[in-house]
Amino acid sequence: MIVGGARAKRGPLTRRQRRQLALGLLFTGPWIVGLLAFNVYPILASLFYSFTYYDLLEPPRFVGLSNYGDLLFHDTLFWTALGNTFYYAGGVIAGGTLLDIGLALLLNARVRGMGVYRTLFFLPSVVPAVAGALIWLWVLNPQYGFLNSVLGLVGLPGPSWFQDPAWSKPSLILLGLWTSGQAIIIYLAALQDVPRVLYEAAEIDGAGPWSRTRAITLPMITPAILFNVVIGIILAFQYFTQAYIVGTGLGTVLGGDIGGPLDSTLFVGLYLYNHAFAYLHMGYASAMAWIFTLIILALTLGVMRSSGRWVYYGGVR
Amino acid sequence: MAASVKAGAALSRASARSLRRYRAARRIGTHLVLLLCGGLFMAPFYWLLSTSFKVSDDLFATPTVWIPTRLTLDNYAQALTFVPYGQYLANTLYISLFAVVATLASCSLVAYGFSRLEWPGRDLFFVVTLATMMLPYPVTLVPTFIVFKWLHWIGTFNPLTWPNFTGNPFFIFLLRQFFMTIPAELSDSARIDGAGELRVFWRIILPLSRPALITTALFTFMNNWNDFLNPLIYLTDQSTYTLALGMQKFVGYHSAEWGPLMAAAVVMSLPVIVLFFLAQRAFIEGITLTGIKE
Repeated sequence: MIVGGARAKRGPLTRRQRRQLALGLLFTGPWIVGLLAFNVYPILASLFYSFTYYDLLEPPRFVGLSNYGDLLFHDTLFWTALGNTFYYAGGVIAGGTLLDIGLALLLNARVRGMGVYRTLFFLPSVVPAVAGALIWLWVLNPQYGFLNSVLGLVGLPGPSWFQDPAWSKPSLILLGLWTSGQAIIIYLAALQDVPRVLYEAAEIDGAGPWSRTRAITLPMITPAILFNVVIGIILAFQYFTQAYIVGTGLGTVLGGDIGGPLDSTLFVGLYLYNHAFAYLHMGYASAMAWIFTLIILALTLGVMRSSGRWVYYGGVR
Repeated sequence: MAASVKAGAALSRASARSLRRYRAARRIGTHLVLLLCGGLFMAPFYWLLSTSFKVSDDLFATPTVWIPTRLTLDNYAQALTFVPYGQYLANTLYISLFAVVATLASCSLVAYGFSRLEWPGRDLFFVVTLATMMLPYPVTLVPTFIVFKWLHWIGTFNPLTWPNFTGNPFFIFLLRQFFMTIPAELSDSARIDGAGELRVFWRIILPLSRPALITTALFTFMNNWNDFLNPLIYLTDQSTYTLALGMQKFVGYHSAEWGPLMAAAVVMSLPVIVLFFLAQRAFIEGITLTGIKE
């Protein structure tokens, strides 16, 4: 009784609120475990490991900032991986924004059979990444692939695609554009939210289709563009499976490690994987993960800050 | 007066005709562009399917065999026997279905806590939950692996299955959004009748949320079926491989055998493509249902 009274005095919560709090924590309990075990703990642990040398065999050994120093000042492959990732991200985000908005505009037209068309563009993105990468490895085969055979029909010599260091990243960007169905759906949803009244008003004012698109459609879907760009940045830094599969396929043709030819498809995800799980450099990999996280954070914040100038939210600017 | 009206009518009829013609031309133009782009998106599928039925002579023939006339099922027979396909399929199904059940159970309970219950700190906790969706996985990958290594779970299915019982922020968010649309009166009247929260959850909220639950189940199934990185890290024994992982090994050993490889790609993609077509209907059902509620 006394304890209970003391508690009631200390806590500002009423008995009913305490009961509700207990219920709320009970229902969200599974996720509290998930948040602590798979988010909070790993973040803290990874920060700790990033200052150590840890190979899983012996306990972590504190090495100060040397992992970060080695990465930034001595590891040229790290910079290669970072450069490749920026190249891929730039290509797939810029190309994807143009292509996906274009396709969404087409899909937003009111013509018959639209459901079928939408399915056509969305289908590639449900194909398992492993299968998709394999399909493109064969489509872009230099001698017997589909694309070079088509180019051959019109007398154009096709490049060696994945096997050429200059073309391997553009090839992966093509694969990335092929699987951008989710972004198309998001743009399409944004397009369908644009109030019809705006177009009618513009039409009365004599605006043609092009100026309607430029002055109404594009500003109205800028929030969707922002969303897709931010997601694109995060996904580029997690890019792994397709590059790994293409690397596996090429490895048996060209020899050498995954990430070839000449490290041209060594992305940050692959490089981190190699250090963590091939060389068991857990500390080094953790430091890398933190640098990537900070880069993603900086890029995302940069995009968000710039968004004030180009993103239009309904009536509230 | 009457004449000018007649002339005006004729004029507007003429302009209506030209407008109709212009619209028809635009419609046909739209169809042509859509067909062209759609064809480009579908071309890799055609190449995949036609290759999977080609005899090996036709694969590397010059000129290119665009439409194979000699069809064979050999590639499929090889793809299904080179690797222990049945074993991989069983493993993938076990992991994916486990994940579906565990995700549905955990995420619906948690989403109920975030939407149908009022408690101090709820909304702050929910914002933290949303923030974890932005967390890039590389930063959690290494410590999570180390935890599972301590538990001696490496090489077992456990790292891919049990964690699903702790929920997933994306599906918690999705289900929470859906639960929010269910009128509060429904649960209030049940509570007055003496039902506990679990009973309200089970008898009222879940039955009304079928579309959102189906969407969650389908996405979870597809994510697990398609997942490559986690099986690559955690499954070390060949007998535990999933289809995605088994396929990567297959690529490594048989990289030039495009016939069997494409057959394997078809076999792996077919279930998710079928699911996608079934899911389309579920999605539309879900959207219309939420539309009615609002």
